[in-house]
Amino acid sequence: MAENINPATIQDQEEVKVTAGRARANIPLADLPDKVHTWPYLVRAEFISGCVLLLVLMVWSITVDAPMEEPANPTKTPNPSKAPWYFLGLQEMLVYFDPWIAGVLLPSLIIVGLMVIPYVDINPKGNGYYTFHERKFAITTFLVGFLVLWVGMITIGVFFRGPGWNLFMPWDYWDPHKVVPLANIDLPYIVGIRSEMGAMLFGAVLVIGWLAGIPGLFWQWKKDSPAMRELGLLRYGIVSNLFMVMAGVVVKMALRLMFNIKYILVIPNILNI
Amino acid sequence: MPETEPSKPSIFDIVTQNYVWRSIFRHGYADTPRNRVLQVSANVWLHLHPSKMRRHGIRYRHTWCAGGLTFLLYLCTVVTGVVLMFYYRPTGEYAYWDVKYLDFDVPFGMIMRNMHRWSAHGMVIFIWLHMFRVFMTGSYKPPREFNWVVGVNLLTLTLLLSFTGYLLPWDQLAIWAVTVGTNMARATPLLGNEGPFGPQLGMTPRYDARALLTAGTVVGSPTLLRFYVLHCIFIPLIASILMILHFWRIRKDGGISGPL
Ligand code: HEM
Repeated sequence: MAENINPATIQDQEEVKVTAGRARANIPLADLPDKVHTWPYLVRAEFISGCVLLLVLMVWSITVDAPMEEPANPTKTPNPSKAPWYFLGLQEMLVYFDPWIAGVLLPSLIIVGLMVIPYVDINPKGNGYYTFHERKFAITTFLVGFLVLWVGMITIGVFFRGPGWNLFMPWDYWDPHKVVPLANIDLPYIVGIRSEMGAMLFGAVLVIGWLAGIPGLFWQWKKDSPAMRELGLLRYGIVSNLFMVMAGVVVKMALRLMFNIKYILVIPNILNI
Repeated sequence: MPETEPSKPSIFDIVTQNYVWRSIFRHGYADTPRNRVLQVSANVWLHLHPSKMRRHGIRYRHTWCAGGLTFLLYLCTVVTGVVLMFYYRPTGEYAYWDVKYLDFDVPFGMIMRNMHRWSAHGMVIFIWLHMFRVFMTGSYKPPREFNWVVGVNLLTLTLLLSFTGYLLPWDQLAIWAVTVGTNMARATPLLGNEGPFGPQLGMTPRYDARALLTAGTVVGSPTLLRFYVLHCIFIPLIASILMILHFWRIRKDGGISGPL
């Protein structure tokens, strides 16, 4: 028989207890060494979480069957035709924007916007731990984007959209003949502009003002503050533009849903915003 | 050295220090610091880990295990997906009936398909959770900027994997979801036949970004083959390479982020 070794006597004393045991042993966290052995501590955590996940997956797969409808039939369009749930946020955008903006421009901006985060967020604080008050702006912006624009829009798409992509409550009957008055009007028309050229100018001023004017004014106002100096014009330009695009999506949705405003800027065949 | 009291045997002792266990495993595992290091560094599956790591990194509340579980779900889709491939032919003629056959006749076919489907959905959810926690712990900050970028690429690829797989059952759900999705490509600026400046550049319904994706003007049999190859070979290959890069970078960037 191999030597009879009692694990407790050989274990590094410092390492004896990691979290739960620390309280039991009454050792303050600060007095413990910073490093622990991966085996068994991390491997154990991974093993347990993996087992739980696989168990849930097995039970789920035994009890819920993957969907399978009638064979594909290109002549029979279902109403509504929904994209997979994780793309319903994008499909929802189609209500408010041109297909090329909703389907191409905004997704590209989301991907690019996510990728530039590490390069434009120069706040050195909050690196490697949870904190809100050390990075209020970053976290608030991310939460709005993630929860409102991503999770929220998907929720609308999954639960509140029915035939004709009309709004329904989840408990409503999906009436395929529901008639919704098309009362949407362009913003320039509402404020009394009747000529096409005038409407275009008015819209362009608003959109450019939103994307460049407001950030520009803010820059003029704050550019000498230490935070802005450190950020620099290039980084500020990227952040403020992505921010205004994101906020603009929310504003546009609100205008449509609350005031039936169709577009703000209309350039036929090229761009409607 | 003071004499230590003989302590009560632990469960570990009871399980391993008996006649039957010893008949199977001739020698014991001495729980020494050296052996703990070797368990990790001399094991092909575990050696991706550092042999020692910072204390907070092993806490569930720091990482939520979300990255690791995303990877586990990816492995589940790979294993079950290979099983499905044995029965599935990617043509408009056979695809639907092959899936029906899997569901009703192949032993364990239904559960393989279910596991494939649900772990794919789980992967989408867990990758979001992972990104969410990486953001909340500020782990994209230096020196981990690039690994975040690799992560965003993995996110995009994961969504594309799910999307291409959605078409393969070749049922009503599949073709119409993919029709909605690919229709957007029609409107790509410059490259789509309905996008700004597309027609001026010679884009037609048969020759534009969408036609490239769907291999024709409608979502049909050629689209199925195209999505099949993307789903089973092309995207998994790229995603796997990026995952290797992702894991390697975690080590090179100094392990799991933590308070400095
Ligand atoms: C297929 C997808 C992915 C897999 C399998 C994966 C896997 C992992 C794993 C296992 C870790 C170790 C820590 C942990 O479990 O949290 C990790 C860390 C990390 N991941 Fe991912 N990941 C994926 C996607 C992403 C995405 C979408 C992002 C961000 C947009 C990302 C950014 C990072 C960063 C920055 C770290 C370092 C975190 C730290 O040091 O605390 N990853 N990843």
